[in-house]
Amino acid sequence: MAIKNNKFVLEFEKPVVELENKIAEMREYAMSTGLELEDDIKRLEKKAKQLRKEIYSNLTRWQRVQLARHPLRPYTLDYINKMCQYFEELHGDRRFADDPAIVAGLAKLDQYSVVIVGQQKGRDTKDKLYRNFGMPNPEGYRKALRVMELGAKFGKPIITLIDTPGAYPGIGAEERGQAEAIAYNLYAMSHMPVPIINVIIGEGASGGALGIGVGDRILMMENTWYSVISPEGCAAILWRDAAAAPTAAEAMKVTAEDLQKLDIIDEVIPEPEGGAHHNPDEAIATVKKVILKHLEELMQIPPQELVEQRIKKYEKMGAWTE
Amino acid sequence: MDWFKRKKETLKPTDKKEIPDGLWIKCENCGEIIYKKELEKKYYVCPKCDYHFRIGYDIYVSILFDEGTFEEFNQNIKSTDPLNFKDSKKYSDKYKATVKKTGINEAVITGVGRIEKHQVVMALMDFRFLGGSMGSVVGEKISRAIDKAMELKCPLIILSSSGGARMHEGILSLMQLAKTSAKLARLSQQGLPYISLLTNPTTGGTTASYAMLGDVHIAEPGALIGFAGPRVIKQTIGQDLPPGFQRSEFVQEHGFIDVIVHRHELKQRIAGILDFFAHKNNSRAESA
Ligand SMILES: [Zn+2]
Repeated sequence: MAIKNNKFVLEFEKPVVELENKIAEMREYAMSTGLELEDDIKRLEKKAKQLRKEIYSNLTRWQRVQLARHPLRPYTLDYINKMCQYFEELHGDRRFADDPAIVAGLAKLDQYSVVIVGQQKGRDTKDKLYRNFGMPNPEGYRKALRVMELGAKFGKPIITLIDTPGAYPGIGAEERGQAEAIAYNLYAMSHMPVPIINVIIGEGASGGALGIGVGDRILMMENTWYSVISPEGCAAILWRDAAAAPTAAEAMKVTAEDLQKLDIIDEVIPEPEGGAHHNPDEAIATVKKVILKHLEELMQIPPQELVEQRIKKYEKMGAWTE
Repeated sequence: MDWFKRKKETLKPTDKKEIPDGLWIKCENCGEIIYKKELEKKYYVCPKCDYHFRIGYDIYVSILFDEGTFEEFNQNIKSTDPLNFKDSKKYSDKYKATVKKTGINEAVITGVGRIEKHQVVMALMDFRFLGGSMGSVVGEKISRAIDKAMELKCPLIILSSSGGARMHEGILSLMQLAKTSAKLARLSQQGLPYISLLTNPTTGGTTASYAMLGDVHIAEPGALIGFAGPRVIKQTIGQDLPPGFQRSEFVQEHGFIDVIVHRHELKQRIAGILDFFAHKNNSRAESA
């Protein structure tokens, strides 16, 4: 798939995109002049395919972080709109305000009625500001909690879609108890008697991600990251230089593959070649399929056992010796 | 000041790392020059301005527990450096050096003892150990302390003194927030009280998990308590922070701290709360 718009091309994608653009140009030229260039085009297409394979099968952790942040990547509402036959968004935490950085609501996912909660990023400048770049305030976490509790009360499974550069570090957020809001969500989610599936669809930055990220299944898309702090944050503290972010990403082992090896996540969801933004429909369809598979499994488990298994799952997390 | 007479004999400060050597110490807050012996007697609270110096877990143990009753458990759990992490130094080397330098094994010490005769399980974080950062071992020790409280059917106290989660263990550190919070939910279901004691500083993942999940939240005066660090906030919003921002008094004013307790009164006030929870309200019929 050729990307004509070079504005959103990542550095490591450039050779492929340049080649793809050249192929497109040749096609146009052949069309307008009537020249026979098919052999040359085929040759270049083969080369592009090989190049894509080379680049995308050897991505560094930092390149995956960049793909996770790609501005054309599908966001939470794209998933909801494509996956669900029905969605009624519920607004507000009934305490303070409605936080547009988190969307939450009632949904129909094929044969299941579920509640869905996720951080939402914006596309254009205005939308980005409105969504606060996907950085929730405490009222966002409390809205998420309210809707998840509604799910728990009525026996509806909970799906959370995680994509945040972090919980918002602001004065108001601190005044209204950002830490308490996140802590209480962890506490409450650990005991909700319905299946909970968490999917990292983009960025999983620290407590801001975990605040809606406790569940029976933790799934990560192939080109996403999830860690205790952003690579830039870690670099600024430990390397005293935010520019060391690529090194910090390597050191912290932030990718889906890493987290699977560390026994933290349950499955890596494959993405279309080049990342979810190269074929959003395919990416979303795969996510839906995987969610449904896990949901079917979890629906067989009685609620009390589900909670028991969930706590055991978290009890095991960590690495220590004695 | 009867608190002072009462606790005089139990006071055995051993923390020499935090307080510089020498006979005299300058108060970090008001600049007063204090005779070291005097500061020790005052539990490291400045006699002039009431500034609470940061102290190690061992001094808190001597302040809070009935003499000789505190018994540590799970002291030999150690990190395995699961990420093989390295910045300018290897995490595993830094870890060993920290154990050697501080004489403590991890950023939390857990044990059981008596506070005014009440049996309690307590986890005490210690800022000297890698900034009191929470990694796998801290999570596991706190998780086991919660198990212990459930086994003994006694209250739990967690003293926080922590800059947050430990970056050197990446995602595994983050998951300790979920792990400890899940275990606290279980403790709560058993009807056992949990007191969270927040000291300077309590920030990041520590605040966003067990520090904010107590039945009662006690803070020492002037402690930095928050989610994001003040520097990060200042950088993000590009303006100065209001005076007193994220200090105990500010956090109490916004509704997240129940009581601010001066270190000199800490034992007595905690004992009062433990008394409250232990007390059985017998019906008239039963007591007759
Ligand atoms: Zn002073």
